Amino acid sequence: MTLPDTYTAYPNRREGYDHDLYDWSNMHERKPVHWPAGRVAVWFCVSLEWFPIQPGGPFTAPGHMVTPYPDYRHYTARDYGNRVGVWRFLEAFEKAQVKASFATNAAVAERYPALTQAIQAGGHEIIAHSTDMNGTIDASLGKEAESALIADAMTRIETATGTRPTGWLSIARQQSFDTLDILKDQGLTYCCDWVNDELPYRFTNGLIDLPLNHELSDRQIIAVQQQSADSWAQGMRDAFDWLSKEAADTGAGRMLPIHLTPYIMGLPYRIDALETLIADFVQREAAWIAPGCDIVSAWQSQQ
Amino acid sequence: MQENQPDPGLYDYHPYRGGDGGRKRIEWPGAKPVAVWVAPNLEYYEIDPPSNPKRKPWPHPAPSVVGYSHRDHSNRVSHWRMADAMSRHGFPGSVSLSVALCQHHPEVVADAKDRGWEFFSHGIYNTRYSYEMSESQERAIIEDSIRTVEESTGQRIRGWLAPALTHTPRTLDLIAEYGLDYTCDLYHDDQVQEVKVASGTLASIPYSLEVNDHYGFFVYNMSGREYADTLVRQFERLAAEGARADGPGGTVMCIPLHAYLIGQPHRIGPFEEALEHIASDGRAWIARAGEIVDAWRAQQ
Repeated sequence: MTLPDTYTAYPNRREGYDHDLYDWSNMHERKPVHWPAGRVAVWFCVSLEWFPIQPGGPFTAPGHMVTPYPDYRHYTARDYGNRVGVWRFLEAFEKAQVKASFATNAAVAERYPALTQAIQAGGHEIIAHSTDMNGTIDASLGKEAESALIADAMTRIETATGTRPTGWLSIARQQSFDTLDILKDQGLTYCCDWVNDELPYRFTNGLIDLPLNHELSDRQIIAVQQQSADSWAQGMRDAFDWLSKEAADTGAGRMLPIHLTPYIMGLPYRIDALETLIADFVQREAAWIAPGCDIVSAWQSQQ
Repeated sequence: MQENQPDPGLYDYHPYRGGDGGRKRIEWPGAKPVAVWVAPNLEYYEIDPPSNPKRKPWPHPAPSVVGYSHRDHSNRVSHWRMADAMSRHGFPGSVSLSVALCQHHPEVVADAKDRGWEFFSHGIYNTRYSYEMSESQERAIIEDSIRTVEESTGQRIRGWLAPALTHTPRTLDLIAEYGLDYTCDLYHDDQVQEVKVASGTLASIPYSLEVNDHYGFFVYNMSGREYADTLVRQFERLAAEGARADGPGGTVMCIPLHAYLIGQPHRIGPFEEALEHIASDGRAWIARAGEIVDAWRAQQ
């Protein structure tokens, strides 16, 4: 077995990236961004997920069914988030007067109107989060099917909630090379999938990326790395303290995205870690707690 | 190495003890018991690399968005955060470099050069694996590495960490033939050791994969604070052993890093505290890889 000669040829070895999706830039050398208040924009983003009991799509979403059919265990444990956990989030946000983003499957908006009504009544943002947890995207899907999937999700969410979202989160943040253009064609302003930055930036096609750092998610820290809720909260405080100091030292605003999953952080023995963290951040002068659309707008107005 | 033998024949067995039957004692400059070097991996991963039969680069068909963009975080955000924390406490880097970064993001390479860091090769890209390479292909990546780093930084590379830790049976012999002085690919010791090569000489310098930030966060699932504590414990032990009168003398601690991991906002603060601890302790000889290998070689 040998490798072809092309294995040591590098046609895309050039200044800048090996693709044209966005340009390179050093965050620390950009024109400073200033938020309407504070130095660190804290963005709580909640994923609202409905997992069909029969998995499907180009790849299986994180958190999907595990056992042979019918997997009551995981179907119901995930739906717990939509029935119970997210209501604990909503109460915590309301108590602290905090506005958040809810990245919502179309199926959740259709199936649980009481939930999306409460989200909208609370002044929170709804971000489009595909159709349901079988609505995964990757390059194997094909452009036509992908366009149809995204259009379907947007239409269904708009119909169910009366509002067309301006933001998009892909399942597992996974896209194809066509996704950015499809999202632009759907009239979206931003997506949250590319985790290469800590501030909004613009793709070549004009769409904006609002990076939803997966490393700071409850899924990564608690479900994957098996840390406790207290360890997660400590990490969020350490992150805030660092970003706040970096912002103070440089005079440039920073952003802390906190990605939450109701069936993970909304459990009875974890929820107080979130409530305490929100209460802590609310009283910090350096914090500007805002939904994704407001962070994007504030950034856009300074470009 | 000895191909197709159960023992690849990389080195002789030397027990970790001083005195009779033990090792020749190593002395570090300033009588410091432990040499500490920091090895930031400055990498470029391709979004859609050619396939290698032995290893898949990404979990999804291109673009694997999280995998690619997570690593890109280094070159847009976290490199400077990590490098500033190192500079504040007097740690130079010895860079494990995907040499194509010299073309893609010369700003990152220039920043490392301006801080006085040393460069060694980590292959062309971290998405081109050495598995199944012919000898001429392997020579091509070594020659490319030497030429590219020299043109970009003026430095002649002295060391090698295989791209994505992928090897062929001839890699170590080839890098020794090209005059490289050290490999970071062997994890059998806490001191610099002689490697058996077909021609010339080659030293293995401990790269401490077990305290690599990638291992800390994704193999051992540590929090940022647990990882920082791990570094302090690693340092305390190696400093104590290096100081023992009946021991093998100077030990080596490496802190292998990836900015996209250690430079995340929830990890960098605790990490900087660990650096501060090590720097202020007084027992560390904070050095570059080449200096450590030179000090060891002079005592052989």
